[in-house]
Amino acid sequence: MPLWLDLAVRIVAVVAAFLVLPLVVGQMEHKAMAHMQARLGPMYAGGFHGWAQLIADGVKFVQKEDVTPRAADRRVFQLAPIVALFPYLVVLLAVPLGPGALVAQKLDIGLFFVLAVLGVGVVAVLMSAWASANKYSLLGGLRGAAQLLGYELPLVLAAASVAMAAGTLSLPGIVAAWSPWWLLWQLPAMVVFFVSGVAEIRRPPFDMPIADSELVVGYMTEYTGLRFAFFLLTEYVGIVVIAALTTVLFLGGWHGPFAEQLGWLWTLIKVFAVAFVIIWMRVTFPRLREDQLQRICWLVLVPVALAQLVLTAAVKVLT
Amino acid sequence: MTVADVLLLALGAVAVGSGALVVTSAHLVRSGLYLVISLGAVAGLYLVLGAELVAWVQVLVYVGAVVVLLLFAVMLTRAPIGASRDLDRPVWAAALVGGGTGLGLAALLADAFRWTRYELPEPGTAERLGEQIFGGWVLPFEVLSILLLAALVGAIVLSRPDLRGPGPAVGPGPAVGPGPGPGSGASGPGPGPGSGASGPGADDAGFRAREDAS
Repeated sequence: MPLWLDLAVRIVAVVAAFLVLPLVVGQMEHKAMAHMQARLGPMYAGGFHGWAQLIADGVKFVQKEDVTPRAADRRVFQLAPIVALFPYLVVLLAVPLGPGALVAQKLDIGLFFVLAVLGVGVVAVLMSAWASANKYSLLGGLRGAAQLLGYELPLVLAAASVAMAAGTLSLPGIVAAWSPWWLLWQLPAMVVFFVSGVAEIRRPPFDMPIADSELVVGYMTEYTGLRFAFFLLTEYVGIVVIAALTTVLFLGGWHGPFAEQLGWLWTLIKVFAVAFVIIWMRVTFPRLREDQLQRICWLVLVPVALAQLVLTAAVKVLT
Repeated sequence: MTVADVLLLALGAVAVGSGALVVTSAHLVRSGLYLVISLGAVAGLYLVLGAELVAWVQVLVYVGAVVVLLLFAVMLTRAPIGASRDLDRPVWAAALVGGGTGLGLAALLADAFRWTRYELPEPGTAERLGEQIFGGWVLPFEVLSILLLAALVGAIVLSRPDLRGPGPAVGPGPAVGPGPGPGSGASGPGPGPGSGASGPGADDAGFRAREDAS
């Protein structure tokens, strides 16, 4: 295959995954949440169990008026949703789907790249919060920035533990080095990574920045139409990204029976299983208070992650 | 001219242009956002030069943490939308210092290398960097980690008034001692919100620790 064709196929595949996977996760959330609350969820759009509900939602969002408040900083306000969405699109480039060449871009330092790019999302939160010229937005944005900065630390520490265990920063390399006993050995790191990952994408029970009973919807309050849809899409792509990273780092990615042929299927199954747990958490737990949120981060997750680092190093040295 | 040359020139122009906007824009928060673009363009320069790890460290530390802390502090204190008329900007002194440093460095580098051509070194992959750091440069690396640890402890001491001892005359001496030395970042966001010192202080400690870990 010539280079440009190879490149084009990979980019089209990533964009397709970027557009399709969040919709599937969104539909899964609609239905799973509805059944957990003894409802049916969407049933009409598209005919069969409301499968086209999110497409209909998208069409609705496109038709709505795009309002910018008069007092807002126009350019920053309009740019923020795109800045929010962009890091997740770039991160998907580095996530390996299966063994061999089933990754959009092989990176020597894939893990580091992923963590660095995810950190840029904070800028978008601050941009949208400040530019909206709304006190609820600003409060939500400040909460969001404090939360993202705080939870990035346990996230990075937990990921560092896996990188130490595997002896590489490359994501395909980490999956290749994975063995089932890691499920036990790296269990604390997995819990820390998953919890801080859910906090990074501001999903309930960590949705203080958008707490609807206090701040309307936080930094998204003033957004309408397509730009609001961008923020929603960011949330669901965030679920996909965090689920994919948890899968790749801790659950062994493509490992499973017939990994050579069905590796991609195993990865997808694990990603959706983790995404289901994220949805399940939303339905189960009440929202944390702001002080509880910071307390969990600094007094529970960070010490556990540091202890895990010591454990990983000890096991590495002894074996 | 190769593709790399064109990219270097374009990214350099973006970095310098947005850097100039940082100091000339009358919009306070927009200045911070221009800083994001400028630092991002510098990360792009590293990427073109093959220093992959340095580029992503630049993104993680500067774009993801330092500028965010800066914006955070500005938004906690004063962040008007629109132009601020009362910004205190000593134009001539700044132009003298900035222009002087830039031109001086340019003259120095141009004079030192003239038209000698050098081959680019091997790409700075994580493997090569690791070998170098833990092979030839272990001692400086360890000394730097002690420095960062001291900054970390200093940040915690500064942000916890209950650690300062009984009397104000005795307290600040040893407490302030290790703080301002290692990094201006340790004392930067502190003074902004006086009452909520534990929040930004803790964030700062986190940032330090992450720098240490990476």
